[in-house]
Amino acid sequence: MKAEEFTESRLDIDGWQVNLTTYRIGAVWHCHADNVSPGATLARVHGSSKEEVEAQALQRAREMLGRTRRHV
Amino acid sequence: MAGFAHPEVLVSTDWVAQHASDPKVRIVEVDVDTKAYDEGHVPGAIAWAWNTQLSDQVRRDILSKEQFEQLFRDSGIGNDTTLVLYGDNNNWFAAWALWQAKIYGHKDVRIMDGGRRKWLAEGRELETGTPAARPATNYKASQADLSLRAFLPQVQQAQAAGSAAMVDVRSPQEFTGEILAPPGLPETCQRGGHIPGARSIPWGKACNDDGTFKSFEELQKLYREEGVDGSRPVIAYCRIGERSSHTWFVLKYLLGYKDVVNYDGSWTEWGNLVGAPVEKGAAKAAAR
Repeated sequence: MKAEEFTESRLDIDGWQVNLTTYRIGAVWHCHADNVSPGATLARVHGSSKEEVEAQALQRAREMLGRTRRHV
Repeated sequence: MAGFAHPEVLVSTDWVAQHASDPKVRIVEVDVDTKAYDEGHVPGAIAWAWNTQLSDQVRRDILSKEQFEQLFRDSGIGNDTTLVLYGDNNNWFAAWALWQAKIYGHKDVRIMDGGRRKWLAEGRELETGTPAARPATNYKASQADLSLRAFLPQVQQAQAAGSAAMVDVRSPQEFTGEILAPPGLPETCQRGGHIPGARSIPWGKACNDDGTFKSFEELQKLYREEGVDGSRPVIAYCRIGERSSHTWFVLKYLLGYKDVVNYDGSWTEWGNLVGAPVEKGAAKAAAR
């Protein structure tokens, strides 16, 4: 067993840089989103398709980033 | 690994693949996200949870000597075992575990360069479930080497005297005080900003895109440009001490700086102190 179809992409969510990492292990797709700097995990999900896990990870990341206050 | 001051502390994914079943080698995954291991891990690797197994569960502290010994005994690690650590987020908490292992005097502890990300990206073999337990050992830890760790009074004294290079490894937005925690995570301090005089050198600048460490020359340039050249003591800090243990590892073992400490109290301590000096915005002072 190994990670296959490993991809990474960088997105902007409401002004925050997010790194999306997706891969498949066996029949299960995994996706995690992290805030590029500092790199902490925002969401980690698994499911049956790439589209499903990426959509869920982005949704959770958006929810978490929406709680972040800018003190300017 | 050529060119680093202490190349023996780094191993490649190839090396790990070749030694995963070596009984003299123990591979341990230490993740920020403790669920990552369950997806699949390096064959034979066990996992340590940073928040329950590598931290005291009552005080805010790293493991005591006795707790550390127990963890190593239960993990089948002997004093002569080669311990290889790896994890997610380019080895954040793997470096934190290595820092503790060095504090308690484990002789041979190494980091898998590139961490979990590189292992996955290379399509290497994964295993699920927990491997069969190894027999417990009679591990004996050394007394804590506190020359590797900074406590608040030492940091306050160094800040006031300007006697050490302070390296803030958080993101630029945390450094300036724009945000009080990494984006998406709960705010854990009362004030934003940084320790006056600190230089902003985010931990991730030490890594390549594939998660491996940059070359000796690149790292030397990165820190020298901010006046951190090893000619005087260095105090690294972040929010809770894990990102700064990554930078501590780079400065101490890859660049070979003699006097580097990790201030694990970090911003969750300093940013909550009544009356502590705080600087906001970009770094004001030139490197002293």
